[in-house]
Amino acid sequence: MSAIKAKHQRLVLLVIALAALIGAGLLAAWALSKQASYFYVPSDLVAHPPEQGRAVRLGGMVQRGSIKTMPDGVTITFVVGDGKATVPVRYAGITPDLFVEGSGVVAEGRMEGTTFVADNLLAKHDEKYVPREMKDMTQAQAKAVVAETK
Amino acid sequence: MIAELGLAVLWMAAALAVLQLVAGALALRPQGAAMRGVVRPVAVMQGVLVALAFAALITLFITTDLSVKLVAENSHSAKPLIFKIAGTWGNHEGSMLLWVTIMSLAGAFVALVEKRLAENTLLATLAAQAFVSLGFYAFLLLSSNPFARLPQPAPEGAGLNPLLQDIGLAFHPPTLYVGYVGLSIAFSFAVGALITRDVGPAFARAMRPWVLGAWIFLTVGITAGSYWAYYTLGWGGWWFWDPVENASLMPWLAATALLHSVSVLAARNALRAWTVMLGVIAFSMSMVGTFLVRSGILTSVHAFAVDPARGSFILALLAIYIGGALLLFALRAGTVTEGARFAFVSREAALVFNNVMLCGILGIVLVGTLYPLLTEAFGVKVSVGPPYFNPVSAIFAFPMLVVMAVGPLLRWKDDRGGRVAPILAVPALVALAAGGAALAAGVRLLPTLGLALGAGLAVASLLPLRGRNLRRTPLPIWGMVVSHLGLAVAAMGMASESAFSIETLAALSPGETRQVGPYALTLDRIDPVAGPNWTALQATVSARYAGGEADTLTPQARVFANPPGTRTESALKTRWNGQLYVVLGEEAQDGRWQMRFWWKPFVPLIWLGGLLVGLGGFLALIGRVARDVKRLVAIDKIAFRRERQGR
Repeated sequence: MSAIKAKHQRLVLLVIALAALIGAGLLAAWALSKQASYFYVPSDLVAHPPEQGRAVRLGGMVQRGSIKTMPDGVTITFVVGDGKATVPVRYAGITPDLFVEGSGVVAEGRMEGTTFVADNLLAKHDEKYVPREMKDMTQAQAKAVVAETK
Repeated sequence: MIAELGLAVLWMAAALAVLQLVAGALALRPQGAAMRGVVRPVAVMQGVLVALAFAALITLFITTDLSVKLVAENSHSAKPLIFKIAGTWGNHEGSMLLWVTIMSLAGAFVALVEKRLAENTLLATLAAQAFVSLGFYAFLLLSSNPFARLPQPAPEGAGLNPLLQDIGLAFHPPTLYVGYVGLSIAFSFAVGALITRDVGPAFARAMRPWVLGAWIFLTVGITAGSYWAYYTLGWGGWWFWDPVENASLMPWLAATALLHSVSVLAARNALRAWTVMLGVIAFSMSMVGTFLVRSGILTSVHAFAVDPARGSFILALLAIYIGGALLLFALRAGTVTEGARFAFVSREAALVFNNVMLCGILGIVLVGTLYPLLTEAFGVKVSVGPPYFNPVSAIFAFPMLVVMAVGPLLRWKDDRGGRVAPILAVPALVALAAGGAALAAGVRLLPTLGLALGAGLAVASLLPLRGRNLRRTPLPIWGMVVSHLGLAVAAMGMASESAFSIETLAALSPGETRQVGPYALTLDRIDPVAGPNWTALQATVSARYAGGEADTLTPQARVFANPPGTRTESALKTRWNGQLYVVLGEEAQDGRWQMRFWWKPFVPLIWLGGLLVGLGGFLALIGRVARDVKRLVAIDKIAFRRERQGR
């Protein structure tokens, strides 16, 4: 193909680049609506359960006396509550260091039946690194929740 | 005393930046000729002063001066020396001082060595550099003073986050910062050229080594950071799409696009406005990254402190610099005359295509990173992770890999597809074979495409060398070949990691054995061990590859006292065909130990590829600089001869 004769090569390039970028933006918007994982507290999760298998995050307090280890030694189950509702959680893996009963946790995973199956647990790491959802939660709800779980 | 000196020197440097800006602006006017000689020495002096201030802060950390607030909050007298030094930038204020230091040193370096750029454009560039530095001086001095004293010296320091007490801290942040801030030079060049309306091949040739230098540091910094996260976080992953990782990826994508468009401008005098635009965008992405990280609006291990005032300050800086540069661009872009044209099948067109693809990926990453902030404004909390980033960025990355294989073989200006098609038959067959084999092995779609395109590109990347005398091939060509090969190698490593990794989680009693892929792993024993400022439980694991000799691995779970914290220390065994990764968890109630094992075939290719990409950049940089030096020497000789003849 010979060089374009029109004076407008710059314009053509600009249009192509813009089209590609707008395409990228639309694609991103569409993919985000499908793939973003929403944050739930137990009462939301019970009231409006997300569709089965969809990736979501669950945040709440680990109820006292609820952590149990399965016979395989690596799968644990526990119950997460926010003072209004509770959700059973199953997790296979090494737990974060500050994952203890009566403390906050954010679990990444999905609903399978009525159980939340977690792929990953985020606990308070140290004073300077708190999962964002948990920080809000501890301010707003921690006292009530902790009082209730005692 | 040292703290006060450091602060005084920092204020003086800021004052010199004001002088540099004013003198640079005045020197551009005909009546300001007297100022022309001032700008360069001031830029150099400013760099020296900031370096002194930074040295003062390092001294305070080494001596653990607990009357200084920053030291008391972030250091501890019992820390090993290397972490005392590295701890200087393991906090908000110190890292911002490092940022300003690198920015001013980069400006000083330009003032010292840049000889090719038109004098007026250079003056405008240095003025722009001073203008950008000033914002960060203001940020540092007004809201993040690293030298502030405590009313009462603290009895002992609070210590450094255990996650940061790693040798990676000594190298990873400074390397990345040189990359981030090095892009400020590209930004200032672009602004300078817009001011003097002097955008052309000479400008591009002057700008190219600076872009190349920053890009090399970014490449190596991202690669090293990925490996650091891989072995310290103990999650077995090498890229998490964490906002901070994205913050380093976005400037890299923009800088990669800039690097290629600046080459088109230098060789063919095309893509003028586009190159200037990318120069503005690349550093803007660095600043957006800083905003995301330092403002604390996103949660991450990299976020030091949540302080809304600092966030607003950086946001204001962003608005001024990015907005200002874009406004200047909008006003001046029309006057940047159109460059040379080219056909749809030509090397320029391939480079433009990949520029657009890189910008597409940049857009995808930017949107995904900012989306949680946006929805949170409406009270909806979401997080965006690999299910979004991986497939959506692949849509742009895969066509880019294809065009990368073809582009370097095309001629400038105009070419025929039929000419290069036979040359590309071999890499195409390799790609088909690799893809077919992967599909037959039941690999999912994305990793299959990654393996196929990576293998094809690895072969195709060598083709520009065919028919050349390898000894006489210019270094920049070698650089391109090595970089492109590196990207192909990294793509194969990524695809292989995602397709073939085997993960096993087990609770083992001492003496028990578990098979993980080709490895038989035996937990021999668990012992307590102690380090300089930590204690740990250490597992001793014997690993036999396919029944061979046993290797001993010792993963640890470390407990730090100052500040209290824990860190898992994974153990790695690297073979030519992959890596074994072992993490020690907790003791289960029945006395067994939780252990996590991964066998990751060919995963080291990811970082090897990243280093090759950086090495290619380094070769190209040496080639370019050597040529420039030769040229300068030749010019000097001619001038010298003329002078003698004149006598």
